[in-house]
Amino acid sequence: MIPAVAQQIWCVAALLGTTALAIASSRSRRSTALVYGATFAISLVALAGALFSLIARTGATELTLPIGLPWLGSHFRLDALAAFFLVVVNLGAAAASLYGLGYGSHESMPQRILPFFPAFLAGMNLVVLADDAFTYLLCWEFMSLASWALVMAHHREPDNARAGYVYLVMASFGTLALLLAFGLLSGAGGGYGFAAIRSAQHTPSEAALVLALMLLGAGSKAGLVPLHVWLPLAHPAAPSHVSALMSGVMTKVAIYGFIRVVFDLLGPPSWSAGVVVLILGGATAVIGILYALMENDLKRLLAYSTIENIGVIFTSLGLALAFQANGFGLAAALAFTASLFHVLNHSFFKSLLFFGAGAVLTSTGERDMEKLGGLIHRMPLTSFVFLVGCVAISALPPFNGFVSEWLIFQAVLQSPDLPQWVLKIMVPAVGALLALAAALAAACFVKAFGITFLGRARSPAAEAAGEVDRYSLAAMFSLAALCFLAGILPGLVIDALSPVAQAVIGHRMPVQANDAWLSIVPIEESRSSYNGLLVFAFITAAASLAVYFIHRFASRAIRRGPAWGCGFADPTPAAQYSGASFVQPIRRVFGTLVFQAREHVDMPAPGDLRPARFKVDMHDLVWERLYTPLTEAVWFLADRLNQLQFLTIRRYLSLVFATLVTLLLVLAIWS
Amino acid sequence: MVVISDIFVQLGQMALVLLLAPLLTGVVRKIKARLLRRRGPSIFQPYRDLLRLLRKEVVLAENASWLFRVTPYVTFAAIWVAAALVPTFASGLEFNWSADLIAIVALLGSARFFLALAGMDVGTSFGGIGSSREVMIAALAEPAMLLMVFCVALIAGSTQLSTVATFMASSEVGLRVSLGMAMIALIMVALAENARIPVDNPATHLELTMVHEAMILEYSGRHLAMIEFGAFLKLLLYVSLIICVFFPWQITTEGAGPLSYLVSVAAYIFKLAVASLLLAVFETATAKMRVFRVPEFLGAALMLGLLGTLLRFVSRGF
Repeated sequence: MIPAVAQQIWCVAALLGTTALAIASSRSRRSTALVYGATFAISLVALAGALFSLIARTGATELTLPIGLPWLGSHFRLDALAAFFLVVVNLGAAAASLYGLGYGSHESMPQRILPFFPAFLAGMNLVVLADDAFTYLLCWEFMSLASWALVMAHHREPDNARAGYVYLVMASFGTLALLLAFGLLSGAGGGYGFAAIRSAQHTPSEAALVLALMLLGAGSKAGLVPLHVWLPLAHPAAPSHVSALMSGVMTKVAIYGFIRVVFDLLGPPSWSAGVVVLILGGATAVIGILYALMENDLKRLLAYSTIENIGVIFTSLGLALAFQANGFGLAAALAFTASLFHVLNHSFFKSLLFFGAGAVLTSTGERDMEKLGGLIHRMPLTSFVFLVGCVAISALPPFNGFVSEWLIFQAVLQSPDLPQWVLKIMVPAVGALLALAAALAAACFVKAFGITFLGRARSPAAEAAGEVDRYSLAAMFSLAALCFLAGILPGLVIDALSPVAQAVIGHRMPVQANDAWLSIVPIEESRSSYNGLLVFAFITAAASLAVYFIHRFASRAIRRGPAWGCGFADPTPAAQYSGASFVQPIRRVFGTLVFQAREHVDMPAPGDLRPARFKVDMHDLVWERLYTPLTEAVWFLADRLNQLQFLTIRRYLSLVFATLVTLLLVLAIWS
Repeated sequence: MVVISDIFVQLGQMALVLLLAPLLTGVVRKIKARLLRRRGPSIFQPYRDLLRLLRKEVVLAENASWLFRVTPYVTFAAIWVAAALVPTFASGLEFNWSADLIAIVALLGSARFFLALAGMDVGTSFGGIGSSREVMIAALAEPAMLLMVFCVALIAGSTQLSTVATFMASSEVGLRVSLGMAMIALIMVALAENARIPVDNPATHLELTMVHEAMILEYSGRHLAMIEFGAFLKLLLYVSLIICVFFPWQITTEGAGPLSYLVSVAAYIFKLAVASLLLAVFETATAKMRVFRVPEFLGAALMLGLLGTLLRFVSRGF
């Protein structure tokens, strides 16, 4: 019996082999089916392995390969935390491969995608498996580059080249931060193995610096505000199944990195770490969803909503840190489990929604919601699963998004026990921010579904849409089923997550499997409990009862007629509410502050024949206040330093000499 | 035996809210009419309206989808389930633990989600305007509601409504500043959520001033009946919630005899009557505000909820 970690490494090797196969068969017409079929099979095997080691609690297994640094080798380790994230990665990968079997056949240039797709999957798997700093960073960079190549797949489309460029810059910056973080963690002795880092002592200032660097490094990959700017550019630029992987899975790999370092390697946290993470998480959640609301490009809307969900996950992690620092093991386990649950949920529904957006894109060629509409009649199955995804992501019962959100609120309610006043006051405020984000998310997905799928078609392309292929539908339906199952049977998920919480936090949530009727009880029954299964059963029963009685005893007659609309027959579909008009009230309430939105109405004088005009000014303050000055500063410096390129050899030599002397001086003074 | 009686209480509760909901609306309308020195329709008029609507055929817009036809039943079911889980006359409901206060708020959120979608389904501008304003109001009301929930849950040590009601009914609670703030916040949220004056006018049929009515403009016949019934139930739910959390006197707790049920049902109906009188007086005395004043109104509710929660932290006594 080969150890679990070796199985996973074999799967990664098989994925890399698939990359080679994709390159070799790039001229063949079968290569799309071949590559996605192979990645689908491999991901399923890896998923089964990871799921087995998570649920059967096989314990950690390790493996050292004689590659990488000569005195170190490459360490890989599969423990409960890694197993959980491998489940997330490979489940998303399997769904994306299945979807790709159908979606990929519409691809004009498959050879630009096929070799990188398995490589991207391999990279994500390797990051989770890595057990030393060198391997981790190498795999991280490999994952970034593979995904960059996928973002650039359609590089001739306008904006995609810019998206790729911004992504590359941000990814390099993130890796730099991670490099420094691991450098600090390993110390001067150079103990790059995670085991060595774990056993080393870290001073508080070191720990604070590592936390800040991790927030920069992992946070930029995950999409924490204000490091999120690349995400809404790059995720939608990739083909839809890759967007799903980047949004649903790669951001989770970043969260894995954060958890691994901050919870596992860094030793006991300080409560102020919790404060920082809480603030960042809450702000990210609200700002992310506000951006999503203002967006009319379906895929960019989904990408911004990813930022919101990352904020929710980080908030919950911040709660876990705060509780952990104060020794409240049970509450910390609750918050930590809630964040992992949300990681899983988000990978389900965000992949599902990106697949749906991809289906709309294949069927109509449109991503702009203002040109869609009425697709529920022409794509009934896609619209059904997309609706499931929308309900789930809006945190509405009985679907899965609500359960994780509910668990987070339960964790928030534990905050009065915290001794620090800052936390006592901040946690409920952050709870309010989360509630605001959840309500805005519901508004956002009413808009996303309502404008895209309901109403009347706003363009000929939307009028001529048709249902997508079976593979895509199969992928979407399986994810929708998972959203539903995780929503009505949350106890099973929580129990499956308990070894992770036990390993990372040292405590776990109470066993849920024994509770009556499969309800979930985070602390004790008199405090709070929730039963998704019963809620679903009640709603179904109540609705069926109502339908039965009405159709049996009252009228069941139906007459089709033109829409009433208070007697105004809307002349064209353009007179419907549009995405921009739908969010106008919310823009007026929140946008004046967050986006400095201003509305300008240009009304011609009576008798004047020119048309009235309405214009909305919105500003992306993060770009304008942070990144534009930064890029300007870089340009300025680059201009100044440009002169260094045109010096004589004597000056170069003296410069080198001066640098050497300065460095030696620094070294002498330092030690 | 206990389980059977509990299930009986639960079923009784489900039937009771269904029976009382139209009556509550009828009473409020009657009192409002009397305050305006009109005679007003009978308090049983909502029942007649429902029956009339149920008997009529449905006129469906040509491009209405399946979602449009499913929504009335989904929203009705979600609101009914939520209403059935709020203790009205007895705190020990059999299925109370299946959804706590947060879940009840979210269930109402589900109902609203589908209703807002249905408003956009036919593709008229009235439906869109209603949906867009409804989600704006909801986006502000939900955080306020959750802060109110936090405040109450921190005092009672639970988000389970039956535990909260039992705790509040015990004499040890007394008057607390934070509870008062939470109550005002809840009332403000309830006014907004039920499309009452000053946020929305349930009686208006001037399209541009209405929110809820604009959203359901395309509905007719039994579908409209279901939605109206849902709205009645929602009003009853919020009133019951206020009663159950802040005025749970005479509520039957566990292990009481059959006589106490009679007393508590009578007390509950009396409390409903008082609430409908207060609501009618308030609505008659106030004017509807502009849509863009609503954020300020609900922002005040949010602040009250937050203040109540924070006060709770500052001193255990408050």
